[in-house]
Amino acid sequence: MKDMMKYKKYIWIVLFVCFVIVSFAINFEPGKVVYGNFLKYFLEMITFIPFLFIIVGLFDVWVPKEKIQKHIGESSGAKGILLVILLAMLQAGPLYGAFPVAYMLYKKGASIKNLFIYLGAFSSLKIPMLGMEIGYLGIQFTLVRTLVSLPLFIAVGYLMEAYLKDKDFKINEIK
Amino acid sequence: MMFKNIALPFINILILISVALYFLPPHIIVQYLGGKTGFMGITIAALVGSITLIPGFISYPIAATLVRAGASYAVVATFMTTLMMVGVMTFPLEARYFGKRVAFIRNALNFIAAVVLGIVVGWIL
Repeated sequence: MKDMMKYKKYIWIVLFVCFVIVSFAINFEPGKVVYGNFLKYFLEMITFIPFLFIIVGLFDVWVPKEKIQKHIGESSGAKGILLVILLAMLQAGPLYGAFPVAYMLYKKGASIKNLFIYLGAFSSLKIPMLGMEIGYLGIQFTLVRTLVSLPLFIAVGYLMEAYLKDKDFKINEIK
Repeated sequence: MMFKNIALPFINILILISVALYFLPPHIIVQYLGGKTGFMGITIAALVGSITLIPGFISYPIAATLVRAGASYAVVATFMTTLMMVGVMTFPLEARYFGKRVAFIRNALNFIAAVVLGIVVGWIL
């Protein structure tokens, strides 16, 4: 029974693999399309996951808690905001890729405000994405969108902190 | 923090997205949002952007197509922002990290921020 539980978390992957194999076997068109979608997203994922692990790993091992606390902790001020935004800009991948990094920063003592500013910057200011945005939508659009979003997600950071300050806020590790 | 623990939920999300995108492919999104302007357009863009989850390298071509199809910059900015910041499909994963309440508030605040952003971008451009 315990072994069954251990494998339970793989159930969706197993079902998906079966679905794809059957789809190709009986020439089920929607199944093939879904598989094509999956492949595209999977390619995106394997481009950001290694970098994510390098960042999480480096922080875990090399950056002491006191440093993080000092630079992006409770009393870090504007410099702390700038640092988390820069950190976010250097990354790639979708927002859920930032959650493990957020957990790491939280564990090392980043302030609530900076955590949510980090998530905001991650979702809209990543340099690789800005490059694509300029290519497809033009420099003017990109510049205006970026400059307007900046104060907005900083405000979200302040609001989250104001709301969560005296609550029992924590980020869980996914096991 | 093990590789497996992080990668597994990601792959589950990928499966979910792949199936969802079959039912809501990009050309339907373009059909739905192309030519949309005004506050109504912004609202629809925010809703569609929140429930869908499209990787960046696909979403930018879609955005460019939307502009060509006549959608206003305000609508496109709102759509892109909610795509990136608000995740209904990733909510279960986010809730595992932050807890349901915090995940909900973060998404709600970012949804509002995206609508404000759309209005301001539309006003400037």
